[in-house]
Amino acid sequence: MADEQKSPGFFAELFAPIAGFGVTFSTMFRKVVTEEYPEEKRPTARRFHGRHQLNRHPDGLEKCVGCELCAWACPADAILVEGATNDDTPIEDGGAGRFSPGERYGRVYQINYLRCIFCGLCIEACPTRALTMTNFYELADNNRADLIFTKEQLLAPLQSGMVQPPHPMVEGLEERDYYLGAVTAATDAQRAHVEEQSMRHTQEPTEEVH
Amino acid sequence: MTTTPTQATDLVTLTIDGIEVSVPKGSLIIRAAEEAGIEIPRFCDHPSLDPVGACRQCLVEVWMPGPPGPDGTPSEARQMQGPPGRMKPQASCTMTVAPGMVVKTQVTSEAIDKAQQGVMELLLINHPLDCPVCDKGGECPLQNQAMSAGRETSRFEDSKRTYPKPVNISSQVLLDRERCVLCARCTRFSDQVAGDPFIALVERGALQQVGIYEEQPFESYFSGNTVQICPVGALTGAAYRFRSRPFDLVSTPSVCEHCASGCAQRTDHRRGTILRRMAQNDPEVNGEWNCDKGRWAFAYSSVGDRFEFPMVRENGELRVASWPEALRVAAAGLGHANASGVLVGGRVSAEDAYAYAKFARQVLGTNDIDFRARPHSAEEADFLAASVVGTGPQGGAVTYTDLGSASTVLLLGFEPEDESPIVFLRLRKAFRKNKTRVYAVSPVASRGLAKMGGQLIASAPGTEAEVIAAIKAGRGSKRVEEAAAALAEGGVILVGERLATVPGALSAAAALAEHTGARLAWVPRRAGERGALEAGAFPTLLPGGRLVTDASARAEVALAWDLAGLPDTPGRDCAGIVAALRSGELDGVVIGGVDPFDLGIGDADAVLGGAFVVSLEQRPSAATAYADVILPVATVAEKSGTFVDWEGRPRSFEAALTTTYVSDYRALDMLADEMGHFLGCRTQREVADEMTSLGAGTGPRPTAPNVPPAEPRQVADGHLVLATWRHLLDQGSMQDGEPFLAGTAPRATARVSATTAQTLGLADGDEVRVDLVTGACVVALVTISEMADHVIWLPTNSAGSDLRVALATEGGDHVFVTKDGDA
Ligand code: SF4
Ligand code: SF4
Ligand code: SF4
Ligand code: SF4
Ligand code: FES
Repeated sequence: MADEQKSPGFFAELFAPIAGFGVTFSTMFRKVVTEEYPEEKRPTARRFHGRHQLNRHPDGLEKCVGCELCAWACPADAILVEGATNDDTPIEDGGAGRFSPGERYGRVYQINYLRCIFCGLCIEACPTRALTMTNFYELADNNRADLIFTKEQLLAPLQSGMVQPPHPMVEGLEERDYYLGAVTAATDAQRAHVEEQSMRHTQEPTEEVH
Repeated sequence: MTTTPTQATDLVTLTIDGIEVSVPKGSLIIRAAEEAGIEIPRFCDHPSLDPVGACRQCLVEVWMPGPPGPDGTPSEARQMQGPPGRMKPQASCTMTVAPGMVVKTQVTSEAIDKAQQGVMELLLINHPLDCPVCDKGGECPLQNQAMSAGRETSRFEDSKRTYPKPVNISSQVLLDRERCVLCARCTRFSDQVAGDPFIALVERGALQQVGIYEEQPFESYFSGNTVQICPVGALTGAAYRFRSRPFDLVSTPSVCEHCASGCAQRTDHRRGTILRRMAQNDPEVNGEWNCDKGRWAFAYSSVGDRFEFPMVRENGELRVASWPEALRVAAAGLGHANASGVLVGGRVSAEDAYAYAKFARQVLGTNDIDFRARPHSAEEADFLAASVVGTGPQGGAVTYTDLGSASTVLLLGFEPEDESPIVFLRLRKAFRKNKTRVYAVSPVASRGLAKMGGQLIASAPGTEAEVIAAIKAGRGSKRVEEAAAALAEGGVILVGERLATVPGALSAAAALAEHTGARLAWVPRRAGERGALEAGAFPTLLPGGRLVTDASARAEVALAWDLAGLPDTPGRDCAGIVAALRSGELDGVVIGGVDPFDLGIGDADAVLGGAFVVSLEQRPSAATAYADVILPVATVAEKSGTFVDWEGRPRSFEAALTTTYVSDYRALDMLADEMGHFLGCRTQREVADEMTSLGAGTGPRPTAPNVPPAEPRQVADGHLVLATWRHLLDQGSMQDGEPFLAGTAPRATARVSATTAQTLGLADGDEVRVDLVTGACVVALVTISEMADHVIWLPTNSAGSDLRVALATEGGDHVFVTKDGDA
């Protein structure tokens, strides 16, 4: 019942011992697609959804108002926010400090990257553009705890012209002016305030408040 | 319920969106629509406030039946029109129903849908897009109805009206004016329900806003309700501001632990921290309201000084111990004591009180147990046994509803606004809606009394018994005669716990009720008192109102508890226990949440120093210094249980938080176990089941006490008699940790009559120095036009005026008053 086998022909028989390497040989002369990660890192697509970042106003104050809309929007329940009241009482008089323009700021902010699916809905929900996504994608670790990113980790680094909150708003301006682009960098008064605070801090180290 | 079933003839039938509904005559269209299951958007409408028609969001189209034709049947319904040919929308929250009316809401009328969208657009013109920083976000009627009854996009392009950020209406209530939709709910609540019209709508047009009177601060015990009913985020509470979002919160139905009004509340917590409490609707009890104390005084459990672990005293110092060790030490100490008593305090749940009652009888073998950590008397004990215990709404006792429909209410030694705020709200409503006459036998006409339209029957402290007797006799001043006549037509007598301090007064009150046929109710101040009375945490009563002296009642309880017998002599009351501790007759005591100062013990060292003290406490108190063993117990949010309100109505609550804290009954069960007894109080269910199966006693009720009035002490020259009660908001330890609430507490002032002030050469506003036996206090003087002479009123426990110990001291009720600075 088995069909009589046909002869494969002369050349086929000649190359038969090395025919198995055909794919190998033909690929040897093609362009290499392997990426030498992690030695060489290649940029992602510009709109790649990577790790989040909490942005700042040009004077260093945080944009986040602690509204929790991002947490609300998140389908994976990855975000935890707790708001609090900005406090303009001088810190030496027991004030808690000002972290954002306006009345409210995000005191606690955490994103759990074990849950996040990088959908970006939180970015769409954010009314202040405080939350955006970077292209950073190296989010693997060997334990769970380290994958819950806290506010300190998520906050954008200070850029030139910014000073570290807590500090007051730009003198004479209101919250809305921040959104109208009236603030371009920290003023001298804000710098002086922050410097004074850090001097005070180094002189008489007070209890950590976190 | 005493309302008669609605007669068919009282019903009006109309058609709403093609659905025929029959509603009581006089109903508003918006309520009728609710009956038909149609929701009309609204802001200003609130079922418990008078209609005002301020927001115009509830517009509907109305057709009225035409005039009857020759055959008597109404002709075709006609549309209500403005200019002829154009429909005129009507506000459904102010228009009452009429027979044959045809109503079309946004569901069936396109024109109305458009009209509602128009109103919404106008409302939103001046509304900031503040939702991200607004506390109402997520539970906001404006957000919701803008989605359901508004347009998707805004056509408004100009800049919006803004105001500087929030105005402090009080230290606790903040107003963001640009968010206000001018619905006047807050002002109507303050004016109509609370009777504190300190806020009003001021200015006109786009600048209209809620304003406060500069000279008079918004001082109200009920301000939190305005925050709850504001349909936008214009009014917020400082304590909750920016703390949370509704979807973070887990809500648990609960009952307020602060007074015997028994408010239904909702406790909202997020990850183990309570963030707010709201009033829950319970028409039979608190309606939709509560008071600021119930709403905001919950931080005491998280100020950071809770007892987390048991403690035992070693070499004079308290140290943390394990439960087994603490129980062992406590058991050994109580075991070695010759005789021990139990002080329960009025703050525990009924289940806890029952466990204390059982512990005293079964383990300590004594009836020395009392919940009355406040001035009290043996006469009061008899009064409670005769007229109060075992009564309740089922048994026909006075209820809130009865207060609302009573023709006359007589208040004896009871200041509702300060001592039971919901009773006050009910009486004010009764006065407004039912023209109930309120009379108060009290030394001073308070603002609360004026708000109930009440009349003062002035009586100096100590003379109440005679005044009550005069009302019974119907002879005296014109007002006494009026009150007597009014009571004779049926009414309600509300007796406060303070009457216990006047010999003969409770006897006279019971006799007055008997004589006039008026119904009598006792309104204690603390939430746990009534439950503790029912549970038998009382020297003369066993659970269920059974008399200690009644052998068959004792046998019944002993059988249920599986004991051979119970101690048969009535025990000592609080004062007796304290005296016995002082003399050494008692050398052991179990204290459950009692502050020695509440008992008026100034010399705690002499009382508690020599005894073995086991203290079941949540936080340090003045008793902690003397405790040999401390067993930490749960606060109301951490346990389930039942309070019994003044009506005798059980108010059960669930634990809002899951913690490792145990309720008092569980701690006592473990302690009993260590002492070789089985108390059977391991779970709330177990205790509640046992209480239910034991039920109320069936023995005969004792007769009401008949104590003759005592001759009041002669007032020495230049002295005044001290009258006092506690302000609702004062220095009570359960209000700790809430500075915004404390900021709204009334300032301590001394009140005297104008005549008295004149005799003393004092004037309104003077700082006066009041010499108490415990020291002096300096407060501002306020002269009151209607007040008994030679009397001075001070709050019992407010900042700058703590009278608790002075009052319990012999002769402490007569004080010497001078202008501050004069020698
Ligand atoms: S990207 Fe998506 S899943 Fe991740 S935090 Fe934002 S909303 Fe949540
Ligand atoms: S990141 Fe944006 S959306 Fe999230 S809380 Fe902050 S302001 Fe709100
Ligand atoms: S503050 Fe709130 S309740 Fe008061 S009028 Fe304005 S919207 Fe209405
Ligand atoms: S009235 Fe009494 S029960 Fe009601 S909230 Fe106030 S303190 Fe609590
Ligand atoms: S709800 Fe009818 S006018 Fe406001």
